[in-house]
Amino acid sequence: MLRPFTLHRPETAEAACALLARLGEDAAPYAGGTELLLLMKLGLLRPPHLVDVKRVSGFGDIADGPRLTIGATVTHRTLERSPLVRARCPLVASVARHVANVRVRNVGTVGGNLAFADPHSDLATLFLTLDATVELVSPRGRRELSLAEFVRGPWETARRPDELLASVRLAPWPVGTGAAYVKFGVHERPTLGIAVAVSLDGAGGRARVADARVAIGCVSPRPARVEVAEARLNGVAAAELDDVSGAAADAAAASVDPADDLHGSAEYKREMVAVFVRRALRVAAARARGAEPSATFPYAVVA
Amino acid sequence: MAGGQALERIRVVVNGSSRELEVASHALLLDVLRDTLDLKGAKRSCDTQVCGACTVLVDGQAVSACTYLAVEADGRAVLTVEGLADGESLDPLQRAFLDAGAVQCGFCTSGMLLTARALLRDNTAPSREDVLHYLRGSLCRCTGYRKIVEAIMTAAGGSR
Ligand SMILES: Cc1cc2nc3c(=O)[nH]c(=O)nc-3n(C[C@H](O)[C@H](O)[C@H](O)COP(=O)(O)OP(=O)(O)OC[C@H]3O[C@@H](n4cnc5c(N)ncnc54)[C@H](O)[C@@H]3O)c2cc1C
Ligand code: FES
Ligand code: FES
Repeated sequence: MLRPFTLHRPETAEAACALLARLGEDAAPYAGGTELLLLMKLGLLRPPHLVDVKRVSGFGDIADGPRLTIGATVTHRTLERSPLVRARCPLVASVARHVANVRVRNVGTVGGNLAFADPHSDLATLFLTLDATVELVSPRGRRELSLAEFVRGPWETARRPDELLASVRLAPWPVGTGAAYVKFGVHERPTLGIAVAVSLDGAGGRARVADARVAIGCVSPRPARVEVAEARLNGVAAAELDDVSGAAADAAAASVDPADDLHGSAEYKREMVAVFVRRALRVAAARARGAEPSATFPYAVVA
Repeated sequence: MAGGQALERIRVVVNGSSRELEVASHALLLDVLRDTLDLKGAKRSCDTQVCGACTVLVDGQAVSACTYLAVEADGRAVLTVEGLADGESLDPLQRAFLDAGAVQCGFCTSGMLLTARALLRDNTAPSREDVLHYLRGSLCRCTGYRKIVEAIMTAAGGSR
């Protein structure tokens, strides 16, 4: 059962932000409600006002450009099926297919996922490897923050109370980048999410890693890029990638800050990071060379 | 936008017939279906979008009615298990579930049927992997899923 609230349905970002500014702590933005309504049912949140952002014009758009702009109220289902997303950031569409379950994907939004900042978010981890920025709107105007600055910690973001997340912008990888996302776990939400991307420079035997990206989610208080692992990979000859990926994976495992919880002990999670970063890198390296490895691991999804 | 208790008038097509309802903003679709419309097919079990017992289709898409505001259904079509059969003649999915013995206690069945219905709308020739992927988050504590998957594959073959 939910406690009564007043539902507002503004149609412009200005009107929505004005409501948030006026109602202050009494209001919460509401999109699909897949997280918010759960907290409200438990009585953990009791907002007397909900500001529905789904009718705000522009928030549901996906737009192409040098970067791909995904509106905050785009659902996981739309993300999975959008021809534009599939063409520009195909891994994003593949990962969207594996978020939660079909009911949550039909209703839950990209903006809700990022604004909620649950540490077990697949999108945030993947988006970090696409140099994501988020656009925030408020009565004072618009500002853009990197996703890394936006997500501050578990359920904590840099969003001010009168701000709304309008969109997220992704910088698609150059052609020839091999990438992979691996999520692992037996619970409803992932125990571990690893996103990797490897761009090669030069052809055949002379190919080298021009740009490697590794992001890890779910194990630390917030998802993060792992620069030490990336540094290990940059400049490495393509032919040696498989060997070096083990060292990069160990560096990644040393960088995380896991805690004991229902998903497992801190030690176990650190070990799983090493295992899955190595596996994800091998899949990405094969893809960079134009191959599609058949990679299946127990309790894991490879996107 | 008045007080929280204010009722909102919504128009919903439920199982093919147009209904005009007055619902509170905070009313959940599951409660409106079960208590106002007396459609008890959708069940409340986990109440957290994990199990699928409350699954109904809104404009053909599966949603967890336990965590979905009734006002969101305004202007849309809601299908519950009660609307699946055409009079006395069962939907091919229902037929296949019976034939395969995919029902034991029945608590998950309405959700399974509707989820399968949404799948077959999206994908008329699903592979076994597609079926398993779509059923993630639809829990059955009795059958072990095998017969459910079998039934869905059979129904898909039949409607191909
Ligand atoms: C059973 C289950 C399994 C899940 N599994 C996964 C998984 O495997 N991987 C994964 O990545 N995620 C998973 N999720 C999370 C899921 O992706 C999110 O629930 C969903 O995307 C949230 O979107 P929403 O529109 O429903 O948000 P809401 O519930 O409407 O909002 C969530 C929060 O964000 C705020 N908010 C919403 N929109 C905005 C906006 N535009 N601007 C500012 N603030 C806003 C709300 O105030 C609230 O605090 C799972 C969720 C559930 C319930
Ligand atoms: S009762 Fe709604 S998903 Fe379990
Ligand atoms: S038949 Fe009993 S839960 Fe599925």
